[in-house]
Order: sequence, then C-alpha cells, then structure tokens
Amino acid sequence: MAKVKPRVKVPKKAAVGDAITIKSLISHPMETGLRKDKKTGENIPRRIINRFIASFEGEEIVNVAIEPAVSANPYFQFDMIFPGAGTIRFEWRDDDGTVYDLEKTIAAA
Amino acid sequence: MKKIAEIVGLSALAAAVSWFAVAGPGPDDDKLIIDGREIVTEAAAPEDHPLDTLYSGWRYRTDETQALAADDFENPAMVAVEYGIELWETPAGGSNESCAGCHGAVEGMAGLRAGMPRWNAAKGKPESLEHIINASIVEHQGAEAWKWESPEMLAVTALIGLQSRGMPMGVQTDGPMAEWIEKGKNLYYTRVGQLDMACANCHEDNPGNFIRADHLSQGHINGFPTYRLKWQGLGSLHRRFSGCMKNIRAEPFKRGSDEFVALEAYLASRGAGLGIETPAVRQ
Repeated sequence: MAKVKPRVKVPKKAAVGDAITIKSLISHPMETGLRKDKKTGENIPRRIINRFIASFEGEEIVNVAIEPAVSANPYFQFDMIFPGAGTIRFEWRDDDGTVYDLEKTIAAA
Repeated sequence: MKKIAEIVGLSALAAAVSWFAVAGPGPDDDKLIIDGREIVTEAAAPEDHPLDTLYSGWRYRTDETQALAADDFENPAMVAVEYGIELWETPAGGSNESCAGCHGAVEGMAGLRAGMPRWNAAKGKPESLEHIINASIVEHQGAEAWKWESPEMLAVTALIGLQSRGMPMGVQTDGPMAEWIEKGKNLYYTRVGQLDMACANCHEDNPGNFIRADHLSQGHINGFPTYRLKWQGLGSLHRRFSGCMKNIRAEPFKRGSDEFVALEAYLASRGAGLGIETPAVRQ
C-alpha cells in the first residue's frame, strides 16, 4: 500500500487572539494486531500510530494516545487560540519506532 | 365482487400513500467550489433529453458529505491520489520505465477523463480509462496488468481523473461511437432482474426520492472513481453498475465488459456538460 505520509492544513497567517483550526491526517494502515493472514493463519503484527503530538514553539498543545480501535489514516482536528507568529510541529509515533514529523509556520496578520 | 373492489381501492390508496412517503428533497442550491474554482453541477439538458436539467449527484447529498468533496484536505480519496502519484513515478516491469518516463508530468493527462470512454480504432471498440491504463502497462511498461478494482488501478484512475476536474464531460457521440451509445441506451431502458427494473426507473423517474433509506440522484458518472462512505474507499464506475444490478436482483455484467462500456458511453453522453468531480465523495 501507499507510503506513510503525513499531511496537515493550517492557515498561512492569522490574527493574534483568533481561534484557528488545525487539521492533520496521516496515511497509515493502522494494523490492529487482531487480524489473521487469510492464507497462512498467522496473526498480522500490530502496527499503529500510537501517539500524536502537536507543539507550538516547543510548547505542547495536543498530545493524543492512540489505541488500535482507531481506523486507518487517523485524522485529528483541533482549534487553538493564535498567540502570535510561530511554528507548529506535528509528530506521529509509529509502533515500529519511526517518528514522522512536519512543521508549519504561521505568520501574524 | 365488492370485496375485490375494496381490495383494489385499498391497494390504490396504499400506492398513493407510499408515493408521498418516498418523495424526498430534490437537488439543493449549493455551489461546489474547490480551491476557489466552481465546478459545474447543473447544466441545461440538450434537446431530446428525457430530463429538463442535469444535476450532479453532489447536489443531492447532505451538507456534510458535500463538504468532504469540496475540500481536498477533507476528501478521503486524496490519500489514494497521493498513492497514484507514487505509482506514476515508480519504474516497473520489463522496461523499468515509469508512467512519468513516457508521459511526463501527470498534468499532461488533463482532459482524458472528460472524454471517456474513448474510441480505439485498432480494437474497433470503445475503451474505459482502466483498459487504456492496462494496455499501456502491459504493452509499453512490460508489467503485469492491474485488476480492475485493485488499489493501484483506483489510485491511478483517480489521479488521472483529477487532472480533468472542472472540465465538462464530453464523450464523442458521432462516428463509430454512435452505435455504442445506442447500445448503452438500450441497456439503460431495459428492465432486468427479479425486480424487473431498468436504470431509468430510479434515475430518470425518481431522482430526489428515497429508495429505502437511500437518496436517488440522476445517476451521472462525472465523479468516478468515487469515494463512497458506504464502501469506505474508492470504487470504480463499473463497481457502481454492478452494485445497482445486484440491488435489482440481476446478474451483473463483468467489469470492463462491452455492456458496461456501452452503458458508460451512454451515461457520459447523458451527462454531457456537467463538470468532472473525480474523485468525488458520495454517501
């Protein structure tokens, strides 16, 4: 299947004090570990994104622990009060130890 | 005799009641704007068309489903489109060449989807996009053909379709295609299956009405391959045809068969002028 690829949508600029909407999505199979391979009967090992963290200028704003019940391509959306120009860093942690990350800068309008 | 008259009267009443019960809302007045560009979801029908105005299926959907289609970030089919880009650029097969190696950037495919299905003079019949892709993969790339409903095929048809988004549907209707469109039209109006229904019984006679809990559209094909919430994934037009045929308890034709290509050709001509929405989101 497709490569794991994170995507986010944030406004390019915003007025200080406004609520802004942040959307994030990562394409990921989110294999629960409960399925069996139909041909061999073996369990398919669990492989999910187990944590999603967003931080603004180093300060954590969202930290989500994700369990196997979450479907493929997990999507998170949240609002934040825009404190002033800065960079948002997104981080997805995979069961296999890989960390996917992405940074977006928002300018003050 | 009186009893029979009563029964007839009752069933006539029941029919009248159920008629009112199924009448649902028609198309709404929303405009589909993606990235600041409006997609045509309403077109005046040409002369001799059984419908007065053509409405894209998008106009019959709920606001929530419409919103998914109107924003490329929210559109769940875009994950597949990105997979399509990856496939487009990855060398494969005996030639070790990628799609991009011969065709260049996928933007060059703009317009292809809008004119599907396309006449193939060598084969003497029209082809769907899936046929064209597989022919290219097998004959030029030297790789194995993709299955019609495989993730790879759906990803690449969605990617190529996306390049034509906003363009009006305009299948060739003259020359050798005329005969195929006529064939498709015959299929469209032929009652089949245990429920003895034709495409027209739902999509021409009852668009806007409910069929059980589902909401009928005019059945245009401008959004395929489409992400259906019911499928939780992309599906091809011919999968949709199969689904419809199963619903009326008929034996579906095979995907990629002459019958489905003819039906596709007729539907493309029937929806001429509507903007391509590939990959659309439907319920």
